[in-house]
Amino acid sequence: MRILIKGGRVLDPGKIDQIADIWVSNGTISGIHPSGQEGGVAPDVEINASGCIVAPGLIDMHVHLREPGHEYKETIESGIKAAAAGGFTAVCCMPNTSPVNDNSQITRYIIDKAASFRSVRVYPVGAVSVGLEGRQMAEIGDMRAAGIVAVSDDGRPVVDSLLMRRALEYASGVGIPVISHCEDPYLAGGSMNEGPLSTRLGLSGIPNATESIMVMRDIALSELTGCPVHIAHVSTAESVAAIRAAKTRGVRITAETAPHYFTLTDKAVMSYDTHAKMNPPLRSEKDRAAIREALADDTIDVIATDHAPHAETEKAVEFDAAANGITGLETALPLSLCLVEEGVMDFSQLIMKMSLNPAKIIGVKSSLDIGQTADITIIDPNRMYTYASEKGYSKSRNTPFDGWEMKGRAVYTIVNGTIVYNSSGNTL
Amino acid sequence: MTMTWTKKDLLDMESLSRDEIVMILETASGLKEISERSIKKVPTLRGKTIVLFFMEPSTRTRISFDIAAKRLSADSISIAASSSSIIKGETLIDTARNIEAMRPDIFVMRHSSAGAPHLLAKHLSVGVVNAGDGMHAHPTQALLDMMTVREIKKDISNLKVAIIGDIAHSRVARSNIVGFNRMGASVTIAGPPTMIPAGIEQLGTSVAKSVDEAIEDADVIMMLRIQKERQKNFLMPSEREYAVRYGLNRMRLRRIKPDALIMHPGPINRGVEIAPEAADGPHSIILEQVTNGVALRMAVFYLLAGGIRNADSD
Repeated sequence: MRILIKGGRVLDPGKIDQIADIWVSNGTISGIHPSGQEGGVAPDVEINASGCIVAPGLIDMHVHLREPGHEYKETIESGIKAAAAGGFTAVCCMPNTSPVNDNSQITRYIIDKAASFRSVRVYPVGAVSVGLEGRQMAEIGDMRAAGIVAVSDDGRPVVDSLLMRRALEYASGVGIPVISHCEDPYLAGGSMNEGPLSTRLGLSGIPNATESIMVMRDIALSELTGCPVHIAHVSTAESVAAIRAAKTRGVRITAETAPHYFTLTDKAVMSYDTHAKMNPPLRSEKDRAAIREALADDTIDVIATDHAPHAETEKAVEFDAAANGITGLETALPLSLCLVEEGVMDFSQLIMKMSLNPAKIIGVKSSLDIGQTADITIIDPNRMYTYASEKGYSKSRNTPFDGWEMKGRAVYTIVNGTIVYNSSGNTL
Repeated sequence: MTMTWTKKDLLDMESLSRDEIVMILETASGLKEISERSIKKVPTLRGKTIVLFFMEPSTRTRISFDIAAKRLSADSISIAASSSSIIKGETLIDTARNIEAMRPDIFVMRHSSAGAPHLLAKHLSVGVVNAGDGMHAHPTQALLDMMTVREIKKDISNLKVAIIGDIAHSRVARSNIVGFNRMGASVTIAGPPTMIPAGIEQLGTSVAKSVDEAIEDADVIMMLRIQKERQKNFLMPSEREYAVRYGLNRMRLRRIKPDALIMHPGPINRGVEIAPEAADGPHSIILEQVTNGVALRMAVFYLLAGGIRNADSD
């Protein structure tokens, strides 16, 4: 199978940024030539990428695929279809499944199941602690051998600071990072951001310090151990300030945020809309501005979705009782492209934060080098469309972005030299 | 009255205009006399069905709504959470839709989750009355409080209202702040900082440094119930200390304005937030609040059930 991607802006930050043709054959990138120069043999598929950006495949390092155990929300199959449609060639799935991915058998189940679809790559994240209970360290080495790329008790914080210290040390010994869900459970216990709006709505609040107090602890533990830590879903100005200062000191810390934190504020909760309920919660305008600034100055390394599918029955209930989280795989790229449109960051930064940086953190390859496995995303930054969740590939519809006018999307998603999505709507 | 009522629901004070508030208060004043008759019943809402759906314990409010319905000849049915199919796992929306299928005219709901009545109102075509949702709103309580103050003071637009206690957890405080503020009164709150929520000023109140400062020139002093379980969340050290530092005790009673009104939404903790001398003394209008509660809820039913149209055709 030979694919010719013609006339796109080939962008692999730090290496190449020019209008060129890319040849893909037998699953690898076989040539990059100035546009128009013939490559000899005729391709099986020719893609006109004129006006598009041809980038290393996007990687979403924070998704919930819900399998095993919660297949009514999402399956590995539906999740990777949604990922492909969103332009992602790889995703990292969090371990809060049922049973929890806290042992190598579950890790292998996920990897084998995902591989059977020959589509988007799935890199499992293992649990830090057995059953995510924060008491006993999970068999991180075994899971690493089976294929996990990081550990996290995501959805729950590692409250015990000694366990967190040991997890950082142990995980670094097997060559993987710890991803930290930063939340002080004693300060939490609310259902939206604490501020004037929670007071007005009579909902109990989750103050910013719930997050930043744990970010600061993890920075201290990373400094103590010298081990890397990755902060998940950063939502507050205080967390940003702490991470920025830590990076200046040379602490081995990386951080991600999700599109909803740079797009929405707690105002979205105004009508008790449970599609605006997530943890951490949507914050104030000041926090949203801080997140955007942190993306601009690279304090935040990664944009990840925290794709958290939930069934209608878990959202069409009282606000307090509603499940936390929204889907994100199919909206992340257009929402992130808004930041480029608005001048917050440039295309190179976008590709860094959605491909190269996550790849580096989890220790996988992402590049357009000749001879490299052909994981490629072709992005049309000008494509206008209305996002309709009911036409999406995820099994769930819990998104606050339904009906939004979007600009820009992935038009081709190529994994291992095979087209797994094109914008005419065909996946797999 | 030239204005007509157009709203389907009564969910919170923020959604009411000043004119709508006045309309409810005047309608209530007109209906109050019915409860003073020897035969306390008019046929106005005959044939109307009112469901009282109380997902949280309540005595006073539920009885008040129930009596209000009966005095207007509506049929009222009470459902408590413990006896509803919610405990069998049915969702709130499903339970409500099933009840709606039996064609009631008004749905009164109390619920421990803020926004629950708003969720119902979105899904039901019948009128929804919020009888208290979590920490959010308790509009009929605020309206009956305003009605009671208005009866005595005539005009509430220039009054100084002090609300004292656990503002953070109080839907009564929120609704009264919004309501009195909308009518032009100036509202001040006081309490331990643990019980003053972030950004409360934005609802239309100032925050006093102390209880003494808040009550010294107040025309209306509203004391809030202190819930005993608050000690668990580290909101206060003890009831004893609360009574001394934040309660309306005998010492403070001596310093209030001679014509100040003392109010409490009940149930009261005698000797904690309010001393017996304050609750039972000449300043207290606590029982008038309860009496007016019935008239106010009659007015709400009357307006929501299209009572004006009925009255005209009678």
